[in-house]
Amino acid sequence: MGQTMTEKILAKAAGKKKVYPGELINAKVDMALGNDITAPVAINEFNKIGVEKVFDQERIALIPDHFTPNKDIQSAEQAKLVREFARRQKIVHYYEVGRMGIEHALLPELGLALPGELIIGADSHTCTYGALGTFATGVGSTDLAAVMATGELWFKVPPTIRIVFEGRLPPWTSGKDLILYTIGQLGTDGARYAALEFTGPVIAGLGMDGRFSISNMAIEAGAKAGLIPPDDTTARYLQGRAKRPYEAVLGDEDAAVQQEFRWNVDEMEPQVSVPFSPANARPVSRVAGTKIDQVVIGSCTNGRIEDLRQAAALLKGRRIHSRVRLIVIPATQAIYLQALREGLLEIFIEAEAAVSTPTCGPCLGGHMGILAEGEVAVATTNRNFKGRMGHPQSQVYLAGPAVAAASALAGEIIHPRELGEVN
Amino acid sequence: MGQIKGKVWIFGDDIDTDAIIPARYLNVSVPSELALHCMEDADPSFSGKVSRGDVIVAGSNFGCGSSREHAPLAIKEAGIACVIAKNFARIFYRNAINIGLPILESEEASAFLKEGQIVEINLEKGEITESSSGRIFSAVPFPPFMQEIISAGGLINFIKDGQ
Ligand code: SF4
Repeated sequence: MGQTMTEKILAKAAGKKKVYPGELINAKVDMALGNDITAPVAINEFNKIGVEKVFDQERIALIPDHFTPNKDIQSAEQAKLVREFARRQKIVHYYEVGRMGIEHALLPELGLALPGELIIGADSHTCTYGALGTFATGVGSTDLAAVMATGELWFKVPPTIRIVFEGRLPPWTSGKDLILYTIGQLGTDGARYAALEFTGPVIAGLGMDGRFSISNMAIEAGAKAGLIPPDDTTARYLQGRAKRPYEAVLGDEDAAVQQEFRWNVDEMEPQVSVPFSPANARPVSRVAGTKIDQVVIGSCTNGRIEDLRQAAALLKGRRIHSRVRLIVIPATQAIYLQALREGLLEIFIEAEAAVSTPTCGPCLGGHMGILAEGEVAVATTNRNFKGRMGHPQSQVYLAGPAVAAASALAGEIIHPRELGEVN
Repeated sequence: MGQIKGKVWIFGDDIDTDAIIPARYLNVSVPSELALHCMEDADPSFSGKVSRGDVIVAGSNFGCGSSREHAPLAIKEAGIACVIAKNFARIFYRNAINIGLPILESEEASAFLKEGQIVEINLEKGEITESSSGRIFSAVPFPPFMQEIISAGGLINFIKDGQ
């Protein structure tokens, strides 16, 4: 019996020939990540362990991205704590405001997440790097502290649930629609403790940005990781970018999986997840006409250049609806600069959008676009739990960049293909 | 691990970490301040009425969402002695064990316990007793490896002991 990608990567990291689902292992971690919310707690725990130095200054990334540029004194204190620790410990991959990006966009962009590696992050969307064929998973701050001290951590080997997408993606759909559809089918705990593996011709045809959106939201189905087998697209993306030598790992054809789903996407409409769960996915036409106050295009799910291009294609030469506030947040400084060079920022500003420096900001209800009581937003982010973007009585509809941009123009949720009729 | 005895507070399925401790309060990481907002978006009056030693009983997928350890920290600091659920989201489960917040998975207890009942919990045996009826519910035992972390008082002590 063969092994899945997940089993092979974990076996390698644990120094074993084979591992089995359910097995508890101790494994070496290739990279560990913390942010301005989770790192302060981890640093505190690290100090309790009593080791002087972190296990490897080049294998820890500390990225203040949630409340930065700091929104208040308290968050400035948190960021300062992380900064001082990074300086004291000579952490190589510490990225300050002006050089930073949202962690899960930044790490891959810098070539710090690689196929076949085991990466942990004290942030649940660490699973994003699964798009590169990395076994990447979110853990807590104490776990991060343990890894910073020892370079190792305990893991339970997860079974694999395979999702095969067949057919062809229709116009106006992207990776985001595939993952919203998946979570809608599985539910928020359908993949609890399991590793999701996304394959098939539709995935093979997607660029890296679409793949990152998919893996990013694996956690929203409860999954421990969301892997995509590395291929030529992956290799091209990593060319000149990879910071370490790597060895891509593929699963065996005959590996046992817990479940397999095959979905044909020929007829798939753009998806929207209605409040208050990412699992409430619906075809956009079912929620069309919902009036909105704000649109956010950004986050570690959809703040990459492809996402901005999709939004700009719709917004070009138009103005957003008078009732709507549109906030566009490129996920990293490099994406910001590229959007500037491609003229996308000009399109956004002419459409009357607010364009922000990279930050998580409104995605977690932190700052830069908090919703008031009763307000409704469409966001390309990944969570729409109660109170996620502000007031507990506000609402967030999750969608891809095309639906988000089209809805900003229409003032209500709309299928992008209907746009011609309103503007 | 001592004996736990406390009042039951009932919550439903899919209680996410934004409900346990909303992100708007994450600009601090001091447990006592987090505790003031514990469960706020699921029950705004919770932190005012809970007493030390009480027990949260929830449905499935408790703690889904973000990896914030602030969630189990807020619950622990609010005085909750144990969280019982049908099952837990993966990262919350790890975090609770790592910081030494007792948690138990019991489908029966999750289905039958009611708000306001008093329960007694024996963590070693994984037994939950409803005081007035004497009915006993059993919980899924922890694998030995996790038992070790729990009895060390969390992951940090476990690592220190191992050095
Ligand atoms: S953009 Fe949102 S989901 Fe992504 S890391 Fe930031 S807060 Fe988390």
